[in-house]
Amino acid sequence: MGEYLDLVREYNVLGAFWVNIQLAFWSALLALVLGSVLALFRISPIPTLRWAGTAYVTVFRNMPLTIIMVFMVLGAWGQLSVTLSSDFDMNFFRLAVLALAVYHAAFVCEAIRSGVNTVPLGQAEAARAIGLPFLASARLIILPQAFRGAVAPLGNVLIALIKNTTVAAAASVATETSSVMRTMIEFNSSWIIAIFFTFAVGYVILVTPVGLASTFLSQRLAVRR
Amino acid sequence: MDHGEATTTTENAATASHLGPPLVELVDVNKHFGELHVLRDINLTVRKGEVLVVIGPSGSGKSTLCRAINRLEPIDSGTIRIDGQPMPEEGRELARLRADVGMVFQSFNLFAHKTVLDNVTLGPRKVRGVGKAEAEKEAMALLDRVGVKNQAHKLPAQLSGGQQQRVAIARSLAMHPKVMLFDEPTSALDPEMINEVLDAMVALAREGMTMVVVTHEMGFARKAADRVVFMSDGQIVEQATPEEFFTNPSSDRAKDFLSKILTH
Ligand SMILES: Nc1ncnc2c1ncn2[C@@H]1O[C@H](COP(=O)(O)OP(=O)(O)OP(=O)(O)O)[C@@H](O)[C@H]1O
Ligand SMILES: [Mg+2]
Repeated sequence: MGEYLDLVREYNVLGAFWVNIQLAFWSALLALVLGSVLALFRISPIPTLRWAGTAYVTVFRNMPLTIIMVFMVLGAWGQLSVTLSSDFDMNFFRLAVLALAVYHAAFVCEAIRSGVNTVPLGQAEAARAIGLPFLASARLIILPQAFRGAVAPLGNVLIALIKNTTVAAAASVATETSSVMRTMIEFNSSWIIAIFFTFAVGYVILVTPVGLASTFLSQRLAVRR
Repeated sequence: MDHGEATTTTENAATASHLGPPLVELVDVNKHFGELHVLRDINLTVRKGEVLVVIGPSGSGKSTLCRAINRLEPIDSGTIRIDGQPMPEEGRELARLRADVGMVFQSFNLFAHKTVLDNVTLGPRKVRGVGKAEAEKEAMALLDRVGVKNQAHKLPAQLSGGQQQRVAIARSLAMHPKVMLFDEPTSALDPEMINEVLDAMVALAREGMTMVVVTHEMGFARKAADRVVFMSDGQIVEQATPEEFFTNPSSDRAKDFLSKILTH
């Protein structure tokens, strides 16, 4: 047992989880902003914006994350020289965050849109009737209620996003969990079962509170009508 | 057939001494929903200080008329002017003009995530740029006026329907509208709450507010209206003073309609 714990320490398993948590945090933040803007596009009165929002969602929701991740490294960085940091590792980390964000933004957008559907049409009409322009009524009346109606689906997106941070391995973020796990198993195959359980249980511990919190919050924040 | 008579009664109502210049003008307004012609050549002028009651069978286009006035519903042809200004296309300019037209809905439509007080202050603060303290002071006065001051810090869902509708009236008033539109403001209410809302509306009418009210409440029409407009199949079929309309309607459609609502 002690021997195994030494192994965990040697490979800095906790540090690896910390990398995934950071990936999740930044990409969730970015996806939330981007997804909200997309949702705004999709409910806007301007047909071109609605079309752009729909096109984005259709493309990114139907594309495997791995492909976006690989594109970031081989295409955006390798071919187009998109550099997000002069530090080599930080550059890959940020490219991975970007890939995770653009991918999950499509799902965030759809979650918010399902929230918008919980807001009765009369709310928007009342907002327009007192003279609020579209953006103000979206910001003050529609989206606040939509977010509160979208907590559960947004929670599901966050859960998927946390687990999907392991795909950052495809963007050469070698310090994240799935890469570390692979290396550990490669050099310590006798511990394979223990290593596997360590990472599996680690994710269950990481993700479970998100599900519990979203269930709790979705009831707590639900708009009473 | 009754067109000539409708014109004379309009002029009678229009010459009433307490009424000001035209405030809402609809000229040859037409509106379709697909194949359905819901507003047919509507010509209607509401003068400052006038209280107009719109009455008619279900589906006759009363709500559509109301919603067309503040352009919640775009029209196909014709002109709608508020205080001399034509309603522009959707955008900032329209939003600004809409602020001058209060609207009270059948289903209240209070902002569900905001307190009663915030419902009333939101418009003045975000549209008119009034400061928080000033907006709240006026909102409290308005809530007091409609008798729901003690509910100011509750959420709409915690109020009865009658209280919610009075808050909605206060929310409209807070914008200092030139005219207020009411679309069946009491028809979603339990009977015991109807009067508290109608009383608030009668008080408004007495104070000289210009009002367009879609309602079947004859008591209100008799007490507060200067003119009753009867709509059927998207047309204005007849208009007269309330007394004249309810006791001696001239068109067959109005007679038929009144006989139906009076039997209840
Ligand atoms: N958004 C819409 N799309 C299609 N048809 C509509 C729409 N809104 C209303 N209509 C139709 O237009 C006609 C007029 O509707 P409107 O709501 O103005 O009638 P109303 O006189 O207010 O009736 P009620 O007394 O039932 O409220 C009806 O036949 C209705 O079904
Ligand atoms: Mg109606």
